[in-house]
Amino acid sequence: MSEQFIHEQPEAAKSNAVQGASNEQKRFSVGIDLGTTHCVLSYADLSKIDDEEFTQQVMAIPQLTSPGAVEDKAQLPSFLYQAHPAELAEGSTSLPWTAKPEYLVGEIARNLGSKTPIRLVASAKSWLCHAGVDCKSPILPAEAPDEVERVSPFQATTAYLQHLRDAWQNQHPDAPLERQDVVITVPASFDPAARELTVEAARAVGLGQAILLEEPQAALYSWIEKSHGDWRKHVEVGDIILVIDVGGGTTDLSLIAVTEKDGNLELTRVAVGDHILLGGDNMDLALAYTVKAKLEKEGKRLEPWQIQALTHSCRDAKEKIFNNSEIDNIPLVVPNRGSSLIGGALRTELTREEVNRVLVEGFLPKVAASDKPVSRPRTGLRTAGLPYAQDAGITRHLAAFLAKQQSATDELKDINLPEHATFLHPTAVLFNGGVLKANALAERLMDVLNSWLKSEQAPEARLLAGADLDLAVARGAAYYGFVRKGKGVRIKGGTAASYYVGIESAMPAVPGMAPEIQALCIAPFGMEEGTQQELPDDEFGLVIGEPVRFRFFASNIRREDKVGTRLDYWTDQELDELDEIEITLSEEGRKPGEVVPVHLCAAVTEVGTLELQAVSQKDNARWKIEFDVRAGDEQ
Amino acid sequence: MNTIYTIDLMNTVYTIDLTLKPTTFDLWHVCLAGTAALLLLILIALLIGRAMCKKKPAIQQAVQIPEPVVKVVEKIVEVEKIVHAPAPEPVVLKEATPDAALQLLGLLQKEARFIDFIKEDITAYSDADIGVAARVVHEGCNKAINEHFSLAPVRSEQEGSKITLPDGFDASAVRLTGNIVGAAPFTGTLVHKGWQVTNIRLPKLTQGHNAAIIAAAEVEL
Repeated sequence: MSEQFIHEQPEAAKSNAVQGASNEQKRFSVGIDLGTTHCVLSYADLSKIDDEEFTQQVMAIPQLTSPGAVEDKAQLPSFLYQAHPAELAEGSTSLPWTAKPEYLVGEIARNLGSKTPIRLVASAKSWLCHAGVDCKSPILPAEAPDEVERVSPFQATTAYLQHLRDAWQNQHPDAPLERQDVVITVPASFDPAARELTVEAARAVGLGQAILLEEPQAALYSWIEKSHGDWRKHVEVGDIILVIDVGGGTTDLSLIAVTEKDGNLELTRVAVGDHILLGGDNMDLALAYTVKAKLEKEGKRLEPWQIQALTHSCRDAKEKIFNNSEIDNIPLVVPNRGSSLIGGALRTELTREEVNRVLVEGFLPKVAASDKPVSRPRTGLRTAGLPYAQDAGITRHLAAFLAKQQSATDELKDINLPEHATFLHPTAVLFNGGVLKANALAERLMDVLNSWLKSEQAPEARLLAGADLDLAVARGAAYYGFVRKGKGVRIKGGTAASYYVGIESAMPAVPGMAPEIQALCIAPFGMEEGTQQELPDDEFGLVIGEPVRFRFFASNIRREDKVGTRLDYWTDQELDELDEIEITLSEEGRKPGEVVPVHLCAAVTEVGTLELQAVSQKDNARWKIEFDVRAGDEQ
Repeated sequence: MNTIYTIDLMNTVYTIDLTLKPTTFDLWHVCLAGTAALLLLILIALLIGRAMCKKKPAIQQAVQIPEPVVKVVEKIVEVEKIVHAPAPEPVVLKEATPDAALQLLGLLQKEARFIDFIKEDITAYSDADIGVAARVVHEGCNKAINEHFSLAPVRSEQEGSKITLPDGFDASAVRLTGNIVGAAPFTGTLVHKGWQVTNIRLPKLTQGHNAAIIAAAEVEL
């Protein structure tokens, strides 16, 4: 069925053909972790892998660290800097593969941007998933003066991929990246439009063959790979693995169930959480502001650059306090900016008590399983910034997620939740993200989760050990490329939500009231890659040449809805409104103004993106429905 | 210096040739043009020859830092920047490259404010003030050194313990002091365990980079 579908898509068909032709030349499986704050590329030489031993390495990424200096680093910071023409000396920005890169990305961008934030593009990835913004229009840096040339979140993402691709090409001139298996990871909470944009960015740098993988799944794949086949001893049928991924900028949650089929263990990703913009950077900032408050009490005023420096030293100090239980305070010194170092320095200290209070109690408070994140009603006028999480309590977000997903495993007969359960009981936990390297934070998270489980007489969840918190996502992605060749256990997942279009119901119009709408299910929960679902009964009359927009919704809890289900009523919990989708019927061979009856068809591509099409009833012609129609929605 | 001057001259000749069109075209102009072309050829040949000569000593550099990878030679001027006198044959002493040394100073200044600290007159300050600054320097140096060098002790034995050195031990890695008499094996007390660099990861420098600027002056707008 999927094959027939792809034939209708010239572009998809083309990339498919390329893939087929170069199958035998694929030597490497490459995993790219396109993170909010860092990118990592890991790869495995498939030609050197026996069936049992899988080995891979993380690529050293050459990047400018300061003007004129190029260094190899395992991580490429996901930052882009729009330098002023007079700012950098001629020839001081060359890279091993180009004398003048189009954009400054990586360490140098972060370094220059720390002193000139108005020219720094950061967190482009979070913008990709930000409803109400046209991700292809130049909007970043959001707070730059007019004369700074802006880039779009899409361009920034493309620039990071371009750098990785060029670095690869430079090190593997005989194995072009466009001819390898490439897996790019995205947050599980990415909406269809953001996934589509990621794939498009990959295509823009020639990686049309790249496929997507959800980050928490990648983390689990990495754990499986690292266990060298032992993972089967650490999990059992009936387990529910909770993956908690706290990165630099985002927190991502997923649930993966362990079931059995024909005597083999199977893994199924049953639920994903919302996109929570909350991570390690918030923690460092919180500490810096705590210290700042302390200094201000002593009558010292801090300038922005001092707060910046303080944030840096707080990050280092926090790690020292967490890693060494004997240290109770760390002196912090912010030296003068001038050449005189002694005297004039700002001196204070960070204590264990502060770190515990701000980070452990502030970000991982002991809450009840029934708690929900506090959300202040958003003001009507949303500023141009990112929708950061309003409640910093990660445990509250976790509680809400588990309660919301209580029925996620209802259809799996191997998983039995007690009758009285008020939330889904995970039995195992896998951590990911550098933040959770701190034992104090990891332990607190486990304590809180286990206190919830205990209150419902459930056994404590165990921590799956041996995860590489910084590099697991990229490593898991490279391993996934290997798994896809049928070489290991594969996590089943499919779409993490069901999708709906809004249809005006046939009701007499009431002046001053928006017409009631119904939500019509066009793609059910858990659609697997390479499958499609048609909705033939509900016909829409579309006018040739005129764009038509639909409101578009997703639900990550309504698992039972089939294609064609109409909802008259739903709660805010159940359905999230995404950006509108748009259909334009091209005029090819038709008269403009002609009305064509169409039905809708949803498919999940092999790449991992959702594709919606309008299909003509008469001649089976198909038109793609665009997700990314945020353009023109501004003001 | 000399070379740069000649290149300027070369450019000048070239420019005249391009912009000033003779109104009449006689034998003199033909000769002139011919001579100019010939000179140019000789110059290019000379420059290439020199560039080739220069590569030899470069290979025998003391510290085996990864050679600069950026090979985007846009202008011939670049090649001529570090002109060593053409090495007369038996090379006895290795010459340390200034670039790597400058680079290290730059890194220490950037991470640890090292030059600021050393250049400051500390007599006027109290120990407490110096102590505060020393934290910055210590922490930064630690970061810079750990990031760019892998360090390991030469001898893994406990300092103060007795060790025995067999015949033919590496005299550059272990230095004998005190009562050096007799023949190997030598037995003595390990006073200092020694340090060795097992790996260097110095940043590569772009062609246009001036390594002598170890800290750029900073002007806030």
